[in-house]
Amino acid sequence: MTEVQLNLVSKDRLRSMGSMEKIRFILDEVRGGNVVVLENGLTPGEEAKLIEITMTEISPDDFPGIEMESYPSDEGSSPNFLKKLLGGDGGLRTRLTVVGPANQVQTIHKDRDVIQTLVRAA
Amino acid sequence: MGLLSWLKKPTLSSWMDSFFGKQKASIGIYGPPNAGKTTLANRIVKDLAGEEMGPASPIPHETRRAMKRADLTVQSNGASLHLDIVDTPGIATKIDFEEFVTDFEMKDEEAKDRAKEATEGVIEAINWINDCDAVLLVMDSTKDPFNQANVTIIGNMEARKLPLLIVANKTDQDGASPQRIMDAFPQHPVVQTSALEGEGIEELYESMIHHFG
Repeated sequence: MTEVQLNLVSKDRLRSMGSMEKIRFILDEVRGGNVVVLENGLTPGEEAKLIEITMTEISPDDFPGIEMESYPSDEGSSPNFLKKLLGGDGGLRTRLTVVGPANQVQTIHKDRDVIQTLVRAA
Repeated sequence: MGLLSWLKKPTLSSWMDSFFGKQKASIGIYGPPNAGKTTLANRIVKDLAGEEMGPASPIPHETRRAMKRADLTVQSNGASLHLDIVDTPGIATKIDFEEFVTDFEMKDEEAKDRAKEATEGVIEAINWINDCDAVLLVMDSTKDPFNQANVTIIGNMEARKLPLLIVANKTDQDGASPQRIMDAFPQHPVVQTSALEGEGIEELYESMIHHFG
């Protein structure tokens, strides 16, 4: 039986990690063939950094990259003046994010509140 | 400073004037591969300067280096906006050289070279965001707007509180649904275009002046 490991990472665990630590953790898991589900996701800046570092690690015969899916931020859809004044990445609320190996994870549907993915064993 | 004026949303030009003393906007054209970014950049630069920026192609990652055209002026209804345009490579989270081989009949070496250059292009595009004052985010109206590149670019622009105009492109194609894009990102203005056919370009200029000027 072929199996795929899913690692569900709590927001408390994520909160204890710095940005680069998070990115390294995600890439190491994904390159090991695992799928990572982050309870409260990454900031937009961290997402961009993850893509950037992924690009440096892509190699034709080994690693084609990642499949990453996160929900759009809720900025604007539920404006909150105080939230915008308080720190963080512009006060945006980050949401659940799924990251997996590009050759194993395929997104079949995504909307504002639902991500449907197909995960295949390597 | 009074409370009302503090609450008033600043325009890009007033923001740039007050913080940097800049008199023109650097506008990045962003989006996933094959959304029509270079076709749009060519349309704009041809309109405003009579020349093209670079080659467009149906093969993904045709643009693998950011290209800048400086000192353009958009005019519409008596208003104008002075700007630089930066056409960026498409942003993706994966680049599989085998797709170039199977889908576009490239030879292995050519496909690997293109994939390598494409990864460098994505990095370049991400880093150009820091130099942009505003973004035209080009989406293919026939495709799912919740593409991760779109979500990440929008998130970054919102986090930086910089203006963003969504261009719902390829409206000339069967299955195009700009409404799907408007529904997906209701907090941002959307302009419908066919950069290929030159449709909606005047409306785009009006919106750029309105939102970036």
